[in-house]
Amino acid sequence: MTVALPPTAHRPALRHRLAERGVDRTLLLVLPGALAVVALFCYPFLYGLQLSFQPTSGATQGGFSFGAYHAFFSEPFARKSIWQTFSLAVPASLINVGVSVPISYRMRRDFRGKRLLLALLVVPITLGTVLTAEGILEFYGPAGWFNHTLNLLGLASSPVQLTMNYTGVLLSLIISGFPFAYLLTHSYLSGIHPSLEKAASTLGADWWQRFRHITFPLLLPGLMTTFCLSFVMAFAVFPSAMMVGDPDGKTHVISIEAYEAALEHFDYAQGCADAMIMTVLMLVVIVAVTTLRSRLYSGSTGGKG
Amino acid sequence: MSVVLDRPATAAPGAESGARRRRIAIRPGAWLTWGALAFFFLNLLGVIGTVLLNSFGRSWFRSWLPGGWTTHWYSDAWTEFSLGQVLGTTVEVTFLVVLISLVLAVPASYALARRAFPGRKLLLGLFVLPILVPPIAYGIPLATVLYKFHLAGSVTGVVLANLVPSIPFVVFTMTPFIEQIDPRIEAAARMCGAGTRTVLTRILVPLLLPGMLAAGILVLVRTFGMFELTFLTSGPTSQTLIVTLFSAVNSAGIRSTQSIDAMAVIYTGTMAVLLLIALRFVNPTQLVARSSD
Repeated sequence: MTVALPPTAHRPALRHRLAERGVDRTLLLVLPGALAVVALFCYPFLYGLQLSFQPTSGATQGGFSFGAYHAFFSEPFARKSIWQTFSLAVPASLINVGVSVPISYRMRRDFRGKRLLLALLVVPITLGTVLTAEGILEFYGPAGWFNHTLNLLGLASSPVQLTMNYTGVLLSLIISGFPFAYLLTHSYLSGIHPSLEKAASTLGADWWQRFRHITFPLLLPGLMTTFCLSFVMAFAVFPSAMMVGDPDGKTHVISIEAYEAALEHFDYAQGCADAMIMTVLMLVVIVAVTTLRSRLYSGSTGGKG
Repeated sequence: MSVVLDRPATAAPGAESGARRRRIAIRPGAWLTWGALAFFFLNLLGVIGTVLLNSFGRSWFRSWLPGGWTTHWYSDAWTEFSLGQVLGTTVEVTFLVVLISLVLAVPASYALARRAFPGRKLLLGLFVLPILVPPIAYGIPLATVLYKFHLAGSVTGVVLANLVPSIPFVVFTMTPFIEQIDPRIEAAARMCGAGTRTVLTRILVPLLLPGMLAAGILVLVRTFGMFELTFLTSGPTSQTLIVTLFSAVNSAGIRSTQSIDAMAVIYTGTMAVLLLIALRFVNPTQLVARSSD
């Protein structure tokens, strides 16, 4: 009796139990999208990972080898690309986030033309790095308007070299990265309810105290996310490092190293290894910032202000 | 807020804005922030303006403005870079990416918005990764795989590569949008005897259309400007405009910068039109992140 009962009672019960936890046929809708991401992102990534551990053509032992990674770290030129990437990405994202904070703090309330200003800030994001780089080459170039103006103001007697070097790439990272950081900071800041600051000011806090003790702590988690996203963008700098930088010298960043290995030397194993190194480095930074972030306040910020 | 300090909190809105305008005049901090923004926009204007002027200039060396004006660089660029074909490919790729990513991702976001199931976080993680990892880092393995399957270099390969960031992007734009649609509307429709088909065509699609339009336009803008993935996977016949632009700049010396700039202006113009359309439907902050409101 007791043994015979479960099969009849079990079948609907399982379906219902699953449905109670949210598992029903609706979930099948996830499949096409998820499968596409698995097939187009996860599979190539794992394939690349596997490929990067394959022995290089010179070695004969089959199966598994750190050859490509060893090659990357033993060659000073390749190894230095890590340092060069960081020395571009960290200052660029710090500048972008750092400048965004005071500007968005000042502009957090509505004023006439704010929507237009926000719309204008979107322009550099959509211009894309290639067009920005092309513009930078001509605007900041030795014969460009920028040097003309400097000359006119008497700030420089001979043209300042701003392109084809580190500065050019940094400029391009700021021009395309600052609006991005600003818009994100702005949306985080507008999520902090103004009444919190008002309450502080009724208690006699001046603007610096209000910013330091009320707004900034509430904004900090958002700032860290902004920093992460800016860093990811700057870390993967590729077209501008090629166009306005010095790709064989000071701005030989890791993405150029990976690209050259894979699509110029057709050494896919090396290219994939470089891409994996790049991903790991980036994930390390993200995990570090996220860990820091998780130690901060993460509750309500009073909703949209 | 500082207004409270400056004047009574009961001030009328008009008076408040008057106070704000006065404060801008006296506060050095305000000047500094406005100055920084103005400097940024001045540089931006210079960057875009130089390209624009150069594309119309006859020759431009060490003066403020080009020596004369002409439009022949545009016809030059059109023939030299076979822009007709490039633009055709660009439109083809972008629309295919928008269409396919919407078809694949909207159902997924519906399920993610409506159900709390075990493994939901894991699935969200799966969708976050392609946004987080830089395109170059996954583009190289992806290009390797596409070469293995002989898809690289074709329009199919470019579309497949561009789907990788687009699908998660649609998922993350659509999920909050669907979350704010009341599920009781669907329940009510079912109670009135509507089948799944009717619920889908009469209730869900009309409600989802604005969100799909916004997500579609955002994907359109992003795909149009996506350089890295297209660059890594395209061949001579499947280049989009931005890749052609990059190749032209990087192999410069043979080509006149003016016709490259003409192409850049065509690119910017198209982008500006797309952007104006996009801004009619979406908030600027949505272009960089999922909207917080």
